[in-house]
Amino acid sequence: MTPGLGIHAVSYSYGAKVALSEVTLEVPKGRFCALLGPNGAGKSTLFSLLTRLFTTRTGRIAVAGQDLARAPRAALARMGVVFQQPTLDLDLTVRRNLLYFAALHGIGGREAEIRTAEALERLGMAERAAEPVHALNGGHRRRMELARALIHRPEVLLLDEPTVGLDAAARAAITAHVHDLADQGLAVLWATHLTDEVRDSDQLAILHRGRLLASGTTGDLRGDEPLREMFLRLTGVEA
Amino acid sequence: MIWWLAFRAILHREALRFLGQRGRLVAALVRPLVWLLVFAAGFRAALGLSIIPPYQTYITYEIYITPGLCGMICLFNGMQSSLSLVYDREMGSMRLLLTAPLPRWWLLLAKVTAGAMISLLQCAAFLAIAAAFGIRMPWPGYIAAIPAILLAGLMLGALGLMLSSFIRQLENFAGVMNFVIFPMFFLSSALYPLWKMKEASPLLARLCAVNPFTHAVELIRFALYLQPNAAAAGWVLLALMVFGTAALWGYDPARGMQARKGS
Repeated sequence: MTPGLGIHAVSYSYGAKVALSEVTLEVPKGRFCALLGPNGAGKSTLFSLLTRLFTTRTGRIAVAGQDLARAPRAALARMGVVFQQPTLDLDLTVRRNLLYFAALHGIGGREAEIRTAEALERLGMAERAAEPVHALNGGHRRRMELARALIHRPEVLLLDEPTVGLDAAARAAITAHVHDLADQGLAVLWATHLTDEVRDSDQLAILHRGRLLASGTTGDLRGDEPLREMFLRLTGVEA
Repeated sequence: MIWWLAFRAILHREALRFLGQRGRLVAALVRPLVWLLVFAAGFRAALGLSIIPPYQTYITYEIYITPGLCGMICLFNGMQSSLSLVYDREMGSMRLLLTAPLPRWWLLLAKVTAGAMISLLQCAAFLAIAAAFGIRMPWPGYIAAIPAILLAGLMLGALGLMLSSFIRQLENFAGVMNFVIFPMFFLSSALYPLWKMKEASPLLARLCAVNPFTHAVELIRFALYLQPNAAAAGWVLLALMVFGTAALWGYDPARGMQARKGS
């Protein structure tokens, strides 16, 4: 089996404050892993490390077999990211936004046009390609960021609380869509603090105060207990 | 080649964003034009200028401050791009940029180059309007000024990038105004020649002489009159290297300054 995302004994501190402590997590290809944690659990720190916004000397991160510290470019090339903050240029058109990203990943010319058109087709947004992004609603913007993250055909997909600010329908749609992507072979790491986005068949990792409290298949972990109850019991935080 | 493709895309994005925001162009032009058409007119009477290089005749005060105002355009642009980062307005797109599979120095260089290109466009528009008001340079000088303005833009863009990585939280624009833009602008040869400053205070004149912004302005001034100024070019290059290195260090993922700011 080809490896997806590998996180091995990763720790990180902001000065004296420990943000992550010995986090180890393996997400194979074709798996949807929900990283569940209350605010301040260390999810954002982990995502910053995974996207190499900053690095740590303790622990190892591998993306599709590429070590992020030793071969950062090869690792980043195999990774698609949907950030928590919006990263679209609101004044530019939908198509321009996608072409810009494609070029950053070394895809230009006809190939970029083809992949952009495909991405828009998948979203059912082909006719809106020439519209500026600020004309889109929040759900469409998120879907667009997701489609953009897939343009370079990554093997690992990271999403940092991607449903924040979306209405219930858009939230359900995007959650289902990303589950489909995992079924098609992507390794998915989905950070959230909302338990209803997690399915029983998903891999689950519960992060609290920088430590992994539980890790395994959701159904096995929770048993008969509703996930929300279990999450509250483990973290003692109202999610 | 992926490097070049990404570089071009970053330039293209900045150009489209700039052209899409008409208000930004107008604001960027109004500032130096107010200085040129209002301040300079009032100030002309108070300030006597002697013939100093690169000028060969007596010049009006408007002619004198025009290169300085080109420098001002570059200065504001450089600071503005850093502020948009500090204020998180550009934080998301910066994160996106930094996850591109390219060396970070290359991505940041592209970003700074894009800013310098915008400065150049603004300077061109400014010089054209100034020419329409009769404030003209020898026309080949406009061509010679292109590399000078680009170099000044790169240097001040690198300064902005450096500030954006070191300053965690700026209270507001006034902070940068007070501590960077105003001292840099007023302690320079943009508004008055250094010999004039020396008459007032030798210490201030010395501060002006080490201010890289002074050399950026002089580089543009000499270029506009088709005269080489190796000393100014050297100073600007040196400052570019220092600020650029510091900016790279500031954005080094192993330092994690962005992290402390972000979370």
